[in-house]
Amino acid sequence: MTTAHDTVARPYSTGRSVWLVAQREIMVRLRSVAFLVSTGLMLVLLLGSITISALVSVNAADPKVAVVAGATIPGNVALDAQAVETREEAEALLRAGDVDAAILPSDAPLGFTVLGDDSVPTRVVQALSVLPEVELLDASGAAGFIGYIVAIGFGLIFFLSAMTFGSTIAQSVVEEKQTRIVEILLATIPTRVLLAGKIVGTTILALGQVALLLAISIVALSVTGQSELLLGLGMPFVWFAIFFVFGFILLASLFAATGAMVSRLEDIGSTTTPVTMLVMIPYFAVVFFNDNPVVVTVMSYVPFSAPIGMPLRLFTGDAQWWEPLLSLGVLVATCLAVIVLGARIYENSLLRLGQRVKLAEALKG
Amino acid sequence: MLEIRDVSKSYGTRRVLTDVSFDVAPGRMTGFVGGNGAGKTTTMRIVLGVLEPDAGTVTLDGAPLGPGGRRRFGYMPEERGLYPKMKLAEQLVYLARLHGLTPAAAKRSTDELLARLSLTERANDAIEKLSLGNQQRAQIAAALVHEPDVLMLDEPFSGLDPMAVDVVAEVLAERAHRGIPVLFSSHQLDIVERLCDDLVIIADGTIRAAGPREALREQHATLRYQLQTDGDAGWVRDQPGIAVIETDGGYALFDAETPEAAQRVLEAAVARGGVSDFARQHPTLSQIFKEVVR
Repeated sequence: MTTAHDTVARPYSTGRSVWLVAQREIMVRLRSVAFLVSTGLMLVLLLGSITISALVSVNAADPKVAVVAGATIPGNVALDAQAVETREEAEALLRAGDVDAAILPSDAPLGFTVLGDDSVPTRVVQALSVLPEVELLDASGAAGFIGYIVAIGFGLIFFLSAMTFGSTIAQSVVEEKQTRIVEILLATIPTRVLLAGKIVGTTILALGQVALLLAISIVALSVTGQSELLLGLGMPFVWFAIFFVFGFILLASLFAATGAMVSRLEDIGSTTTPVTMLVMIPYFAVVFFNDNPVVVTVMSYVPFSAPIGMPLRLFTGDAQWWEPLLSLGVLVATCLAVIVLGARIYENSLLRLGQRVKLAEALKG
Repeated sequence: MLEIRDVSKSYGTRRVLTDVSFDVAPGRMTGFVGGNGAGKTTTMRIVLGVLEPDAGTVTLDGAPLGPGGRRRFGYMPEERGLYPKMKLAEQLVYLARLHGLTPAAAKRSTDELLARLSLTERANDAIEKLSLGNQQRAQIAAALVHEPDVLMLDEPFSGLDPMAVDVVAEVLAERAHRGIPVLFSSHQLDIVERLCDDLVIIADGTIRAAGPREALREQHATLRYQLQTDGDAGWVRDQPGIAVIETDGGYALFDAETPEAAQRVLEAAVARGGVSDFARQHPTLSQIFKEVVR
């Protein structure tokens, strides 16, 4: 037998094969116009919303009020006051929408009454209110609005990545089946190596995209003077990154496995929909129930929502130090179990062309 | 030597292979012949490790095959396919590297093969942009690019025009001459007959015949002889133990009951005058095929 090739062929290495497959996945995606456009679009949206939020916070003008002769308001309030002679004049301005409220002289303790149009002029009332000093024993617990933003932020990043890259990996699996190259690939490398390469490549891409978006938002927030938003994100963020990796691998394995069950791109929805649900439910849960401690606590332990729930609880300071470790343990264990299961479905489905493979058959082999 | 021993495989209750055993010898082209659904593709997939057999073994030079060994196989599946949007050269380099070649060796082998198959100008075209004929050549290139130690080709000639058949046949013969085992299946029996050194015939999941082509033809030869004499050959009809099929002047085609009866015809012919041809007819591959498959 010829031995000429012995100098060019290297011994088999699983790691190298996985990396080769991963490299190809990354390269194909980086060259895909759809991927570049969608990443560009996300960047534009992100920069746009940061810019708008900067403009809004600078330009929020003081509310306008018409002050009827005889009424006096404190001089240092943040109101754009305009003096008028009569109540009728003030009402006309109010109805026309030229002012947000009118200030009428009265016998009330403050010496004036606020006249609104069809609703309570909250900003005017706030400007005229005297607020007591408040101090908190544990200031880290007061997340409130910012907590909501962070919750949506974590949720949205995970949701978008899992959806786009999840469907990417499912499509790439079906494409190999549909074009029949899968048989050459399977004759070359073990099935699990092919699956692992796809997951590694897609995870690197997803993380890379998120890292790019984050780096750019940090720069943009600093440039527009909104860097205070970033304070307190440090540790929860590191946890988010760790949870993201495992949560993403978990979903990617499921997308790959369910994608392998069909033979044509048109049929892909029929098997991947349940996995899509697993991505969407946690996202909507965090949007609607992010201030419900019970829901968030449950979410922080369920593997599919832990990447959103646990960092949120860490941010609001409501998790004990051991909780993220426990939740991560649950996530990693689930991840391993799903990889084994997913690899089985993948292996048993890849060479079955034509009819959609039934789940029971895919698991049994 | 690639040895397939007692391989059986069932899909559910349907038995597709039963105790399949045959060899693919190095330096020889082995033709793998059988009707649709006879088990050719299943056998090849098992040899390639794409399918697991229920029983039996596949060994190369006496050693069982693992992922490392199978990586040295070149395979052209019956279901053709490459990444449609990937460039031809890039795709070949990728496959060569998956098979374990270094980047430099993969590049070198790709360039050589593209030149050999007259595809150099298409190197940077996406597969989907190639003509059908060029796509077929690209598929052959994909099976050869990593300088395989064993070649398994499932219907490599189907869909090829006659010129492409010659190019592919030449390339495969080259590889065989370098000393590697080459197994190819085909239902185009004339091509198999022309190209193969060894034959394996499969039907209903069992091997019906296997061995060197000439030996098989010998083995399946009937006692049919042809004779060309100088004079009229009509006398052959009167010979004992002989059934004449056709005579035409000095030519006679006949079946003999025993080799001795045929021998007596030859002796009689020589006694009557000049004999320019006396030969036992060897069956064509398609005759053998029909006989063993029946």
